[in-house]
Amino acid sequence: MSLATVKENVSMAKNQSNAVISTSTVNGIVFDTKDLNLWYGETHALKEINLTIHEKEVTAIIGPSGCGKSTYLKTLNRMVELVPSVRTTGVITYKGKSILDKAFKVEDLRTHVGMVFQKPNPFPKSIYDNIAYGPRIHGIRNKKILDEIVEKSLRGAYIWDEVKDRLKENAYGLSGGQQQRLCIARTLAIEPDVILMDEPTSALDPKSTLKIEDLVQELKRNYSIIIVTHNMQQAARISDRTAFFLDGEVIEFNDTDTIFTNPYDKRTEDYISGRFG
Amino acid sequence: MAANSEFNHAADVKGMIQKNKQSKSIQGKLEKVIPILLFLFAIISILTTVGIVVTLLAETIEFFKRVPIWDFFTGTVLKPLSQNPQFGVLPLINGTIISSIIAMLVAGPIGIMAAIYLSEYASDRVRRVLKPLLELLAGIPTIVYGFFAFTFVTPLIRSIWPGVEATNILSPGIVMGIMIIPMIASLSEDAMTSVPNSIREGALGLGATKLETTFKVVIPAALSGIIASFVLGISRAIGETMIVTIASGSSKNFTFDITESMQTMTAYIVEVSGGEAAAGSTIYYSLYAVAMTLFVFTLLMNLLARFVSRKFREEY
Amino acid sequence: MRYLDPTQVSRRMNGRIVKNKSAKGLFFLATLFGLIVLAVLIYRVVVDGIGWIDWSFLTGRQSHDPERAGIMGAILGTLWMMVVVAPVTLILGIGTAIYLELYARKGRLQSFIQTNIANLAGVPSIVYGILGLTIFVRAMKMGNIVLAGGLTLSLLVLPIVIVAAQEAIRAVPSYLSEASYGMGATKWQTIKNIILPAALPGILTGAILALSRAIGETAPLTVIGIPALIIPFPEGIFDKFTALPMQIYYWTLDSSLVTEYANLAAATIVVLLILLFLLNSVAIFIRNKFQQRY
Repeated sequence: MSLATVKENVSMAKNQSNAVISTSTVNGIVFDTKDLNLWYGETHALKEINLTIHEKEVTAIIGPSGCGKSTYLKTLNRMVELVPSVRTTGVITYKGKSILDKAFKVEDLRTHVGMVFQKPNPFPKSIYDNIAYGPRIHGIRNKKILDEIVEKSLRGAYIWDEVKDRLKENAYGLSGGQQQRLCIARTLAIEPDVILMDEPTSALDPKSTLKIEDLVQELKRNYSIIIVTHNMQQAARISDRTAFFLDGEVIEFNDTDTIFTNPYDKRTEDYISGRFG
Repeated sequence: MAANSEFNHAADVKGMIQKNKQSKSIQGKLEKVIPILLFLFAIISILTTVGIVVTLLAETIEFFKRVPIWDFFTGTVLKPLSQNPQFGVLPLINGTIISSIIAMLVAGPIGIMAAIYLSEYASDRVRRVLKPLLELLAGIPTIVYGFFAFTFVTPLIRSIWPGVEATNILSPGIVMGIMIIPMIASLSEDAMTSVPNSIREGALGLGATKLETTFKVVIPAALSGIIASFVLGISRAIGETMIVTIASGSSKNFTFDITESMQTMTAYIVEVSGGEAAAGSTIYYSLYAVAMTLFVFTLLMNLLARFVSRKFREEY
Repeated sequence: MRYLDPTQVSRRMNGRIVKNKSAKGLFFLATLFGLIVLAVLIYRVVVDGIGWIDWSFLTGRQSHDPERAGIMGAILGTLWMMVVVAPVTLILGIGTAIYLELYARKGRLQSFIQTNIANLAGVPSIVYGILGLTIFVRAMKMGNIVLAGGLTLSLLVLPIVIVAAQEAIRAVPSYLSEASYGMGATKWQTIKNIILPAALPGILTGAILALSRAIGETAPLTVIGIPALIIPFPEGIFDKFTALPMQIYYWTLDSSLVTEYANLAAATIVVLLILLFLLNSVAIFIRNKFQQRY
């Protein structure tokens, strides 16, 4: 890519800084994190994080529990602010825009950066209303368009065939694996560019896990995906790049193949070979 | 110092326990008597209910021997003291319902807004200060609210709206509402805080504001508890006595004009029992018929509240 | 193909965020509303009443002359009534709670008693007044003496004590009682020596809250016919009496005849609120001092 196009992209991002988050990326980079520090009260949970997340790839974040990987993920859509006493320094840009500024609207950010949570968390509503919730709050009232969005999202999450005959039933009647795919469909319905997944299969059985993994591979064609997982095989199977977190620091960030076959840091090697964590 | 003597006594302890075991017949009797005694205590609460129902029912039946039940429940005229006394309960039911509606118009919106603030918006520190303060409001005796309604709220209303009478249903209705705010706020907040955070995160993660999360996700999920709190609030308003007795006077008008004095069922009971109604007179028995009506009203409300919160409880 | 137009979504965003902010302000004001009323109420009562509180008001006899009226009779009546209410509710309340939590087999009878207690808690206080009038005053021929008023109020607040005691007993961890049984202790020994002492702070807190509810209750007393006449100070639970809330009631009613009565009512309210404040402080003190964390 020539310098000129980079400049063009940067200026485009600047021009739009007060209106819409740009739909195009700078250099194919979605998120750029520079010197990010985060504290929960006195606890220094993230230390000098530098990471770049690339468009339409699956980036896996691995590490032992308590290493800050979920915290980092939740910083990307600022869900981390739900914990009182959180403090950050450093910069995260999303498509060229600095998202940690207080003036930046989190609601706007979260419509571009969807999230799937550790435990399936459908709303206590019908399957249909679960999916339609996002589009509705964002201003879509037309029943026909909503119907189309619901079908498209459920198809996108490969659950349409299982639920198409019971869209009006309560989502709590679905199995855990189905609920999680429903939650993915719910995220797809707001048409995000990025999907954050916080250990999405940790509460599921192996069969459901496999379905979600296949789904992630499909979604990668249209979305940039960042997935936190404690399951190294899963990271190896589905991701293009992997970041290894330890004690709030990024120890190593590289192509998944490289990390799993030829890590340059001793601690990464120890973790991957199961020597700790 | 102790080591030696304890060692010497070690053998004695066993002997003492053995000895005590022989006198355990008293202990054994105690073990049998205590449960029976405690059971009798527990029965008191059942006897209380039985006492309430039986006294109300017996005297109410006596009343209906003198005044036809149909006249009582459809009569719009209540003149217990006139030459030709009339015992229509509708003026009292009307007064009760109107004062309860006014109270709920105050307590419902304000209570639920306070619940939303405490459960969804307030930081832990703010909540820890505000909640106990709000509960103080519930600890103020109703007689104090009655005084407040009569000597402060009524004159205040009359200075804005001169047409309001010195005793009226509006002022006690409003003050009852204020009294009920903490109840609705607290019960609704409980219902809302029991909605798991993961569900809120799901909505916020889609770009919803807190307001949208609250109204489209949290409140629907907590609806049974919120409705139950409203029903209990209504029940509380129906049974409240002193505020309306003091501030609404004893006019037995059958009217919908909130600027006028009206009497509630509770206020009628106070008036009649406090007066010189001789035991055995029809007025005396009317006391029980009105009390029975009141009892049934509040009982139905309480059962409804329990039914709502059981039947429609969300399982998360 | 996209259904959501990012430009439009973004344009709507500002309005939604403003709505959220203003709603937050509104909800905060609603929360404050009750507190503001509370502040106004207390301010009014203190302003109206504080000038009338002096030694002769606190220790004097009831009188039609506002300058000479005192509330010692009402204070004594309220205190004597608590002498009835406190032991009766404690014994019946703790006893019922122990029975329901530790002796009763889970079944129909137990759940019937439990439902019954929940229903009793929702019965309007004035209905208890009618019960007291019919049973204690008339059927037992007590007349309107302290004992009749005290027993009536005891039945009224009993559900509060039972529920508080049940919660306190339930909160005692089972390993404590298991340790006691493990040493060969009998059931009653375990209850008396282990469970009750551990549950006592919770029980007492509930009992004090019940007492403060009883102290402020007026409606049942009006029904059983407590007078505001000038009567001798009550010297025991078999004497006729009046009580602080009844005094407030009569003075408030008659304040349209004699304006100073409103001040006397306010002054009596101040005394009543101070009494309630002291009681609640004791309850909070007990809770903080003796609360066990298991």
